[in-house]
Amino acid sequence: MDGGMVAAAPLLEVEDLSVQFVTREATVNAVSGATFNLKAGEVLCLLGESGSGKSVTLRALMRLLPGRARVKGRVNVAGQDALALKGRALQSFRGGTVAMVFQEPMTALDPVYTIGQHLTEMIRRHKGVGRAEARAQAIELLNLVKIPSAERRIDAYPHELSGGLRQRAMIAIALSCGPKLLLADEPTTALDATVQIQVLILLRRLQQELGMGTIFVTHDLGVAAEIADRVAVMYAGRVIEEGPVADVLRRPAHPYTAGLMASTVHDQAPDQDIAAIPGSPPDLRRLPPGCSFAPRCSLAMPACRQGFPEPVFPAPGRMARCLRVADVLQQPVGVHA
Amino acid sequence: MSATVQAKPYVDGRDRGGAAQPMLIAKELQRHFKVKGAGKGAVVRAVDGVSFTLFKGETLGVVGESGCGKSTLARVLLHLVLPDSGDLVFDGDTVGETRGISVADLRRQVQMVFQDSYSSLNPRMPVQDSVAFGPMVNGKSKAESRRIAQDILVKVGLRPDLFGPRYPHELSGGQKQRVNIARALAVGPRMVILDEAVSALDKSVEAQVLNLLRELKRTLNLTYLFISHDLNVVRYISDRVLVMYLGQVVELGPAADVFAKARHPYTQALLGSRLSMDSSKRIESPPIVGDPPSPINPPSGCRFRTRCPHAEAVCEAEMPTLGQWEDRSSHVAACHMTNAQSGHSLAGTA
Repeated sequence: MDGGMVAAAPLLEVEDLSVQFVTREATVNAVSGATFNLKAGEVLCLLGESGSGKSVTLRALMRLLPGRARVKGRVNVAGQDALALKGRALQSFRGGTVAMVFQEPMTALDPVYTIGQHLTEMIRRHKGVGRAEARAQAIELLNLVKIPSAERRIDAYPHELSGGLRQRAMIAIALSCGPKLLLADEPTTALDATVQIQVLILLRRLQQELGMGTIFVTHDLGVAAEIADRVAVMYAGRVIEEGPVADVLRRPAHPYTAGLMASTVHDQAPDQDIAAIPGSPPDLRRLPPGCSFAPRCSLAMPACRQGFPEPVFPAPGRMARCLRVADVLQQPVGVHA
Repeated sequence: MSATVQAKPYVDGRDRGGAAQPMLIAKELQRHFKVKGAGKGAVVRAVDGVSFTLFKGETLGVVGESGCGKSTLARVLLHLVLPDSGDLVFDGDTVGETRGISVADLRRQVQMVFQDSYSSLNPRMPVQDSVAFGPMVNGKSKAESRRIAQDILVKVGLRPDLFGPRYPHELSGGQKQRVNIARALAVGPRMVILDEAVSALDKSVEAQVLNLLRELKRTLNLTYLFISHDLNVVRYISDRVLVMYLGQVVELGPAADVFAKARHPYTQALLGSRLSMDSSKRIESPPIVGDPPSPINPPSGCRFRTRCPHAEAVCEAEMPTLGQWEDRSSHVAACHMTNAQSGHSLAGTA
């Protein structure tokens, strides 16, 4: 699997991924044609607001969506067609090749198992080692994520740990089998500010040391600025802008990204209104024709409502799906169109 | 939007003390909760001796991490949770005393907006009835209440003909929070407590609601107590800031001063944990390590000493006090380093 051919290809390729939830009343287009890829050792932030499809995309990559979800497109992880995996292969794919850190450690961990039981189950299942060896590896992992007095805490139940330690334990579980791809779904959103920065720095350091590709879902531009190499901005189920984090945050190419930055409260003068984006995101059951951001966009023109704009590449490594990229790039930063 | 609405000179008949008299004075408020299964007599010291003054027309931001008691404090201020001890003085009248103001009268003048916009609305009641409910309970006729509801819905940016007949599940998060703000304003309060009122909203919607709150404050002459864990939002909206840690006030002062030169090491750590939006200015090492300790058995002396980089023997032995403050420009912190006589080696430097 680690042959030269595969190593040259991206670790993850997602092409035209669509996820629909079909019920009798309506069809919800949670993801409608997301395309992005990730190199080994790279950190990509999926940035978007609630309902933008970022968490559904992440779950699709690990095949965690319920059976009633209609998944289309192509997902290739480390040379494997992730959407075609079945049975044993799928089991060792989950946890072995790809691992996930969830937002709420208290609900993601089983309250009746100790941290050690969570860890040793993973290690023994995937690595086939004995009980004692698995426990030794578990303690090593808890040390790796900087949980103090790991020998004692390994026998703690989730409720006996603070929020920050629980999230560290969850990271340890995700890392236990050396995944090539780590998926993190808002892993620091539920944490307090002083704890959030500790966990972010830990994740950044571990990612650099272990060199795994990481996809980090967040709604927080600040989190993206702290941890990402590249960002992919999602809106109404599509990636509408992508590029290196510094470039995108300094000079956004899509009006939505520009608006999101201007409406994020950050050192604005207290006597001025914030440049909010008017309106609210579209109803995923009834997506507008053409660009889904057009109804809220001050730059929208009639052509925007004809069809969804094709990707344009304003600079090397940058992509935006907007007809007016040139106009957006010319705007001063932080000013909403 | 804001330029067209000019604040008129406004005289409220209920304003008894005039502009100089504080809207609200909290004196040594305390509320502990008994906990089972954590040892005999174990209590959570949710609010433990909190004193502050809220002046008329200002926005006081309350910040702190989860479990520091900020929401309990908000509930104590409205007597939704009764304080164990301490006094609350609203515009010169002590709350709940025979010669003071009754709790019912207090709640007519002080309203609250909660974080969860969905669970704080009745799912079986259309928006217009929900908003009209407050005035109706307070003795207005049905027609009059309806009219008030329509006016208020316009003020919060929702067209009454379009949104009035809708049910909460037919609204987006931002629209629901606008309805909650309308509900709070329908009884004509002078003060509004906003308990994480924008925290659950997406950034683009949060900005809309913050703009709305500022406009309403100007046009309706309101006083806000704004509780949030988001320091950027608090800095933006507040005139003064109160920082809480494990049930106590650790710092209080004008927002500009607190954010420019925090005096308490905890406030400094909080500010240092703010994420920048610039990937070239990443934070290399965390300002403090560890999680906040449990409020059940808080550390002796200064409660922050277990995480403080400057902790010394005196911090364990003695609880620092907030110090004297006179007016709205005072900037005080409960830290031994601010007190030259405390015996701390860095005393007088903060």
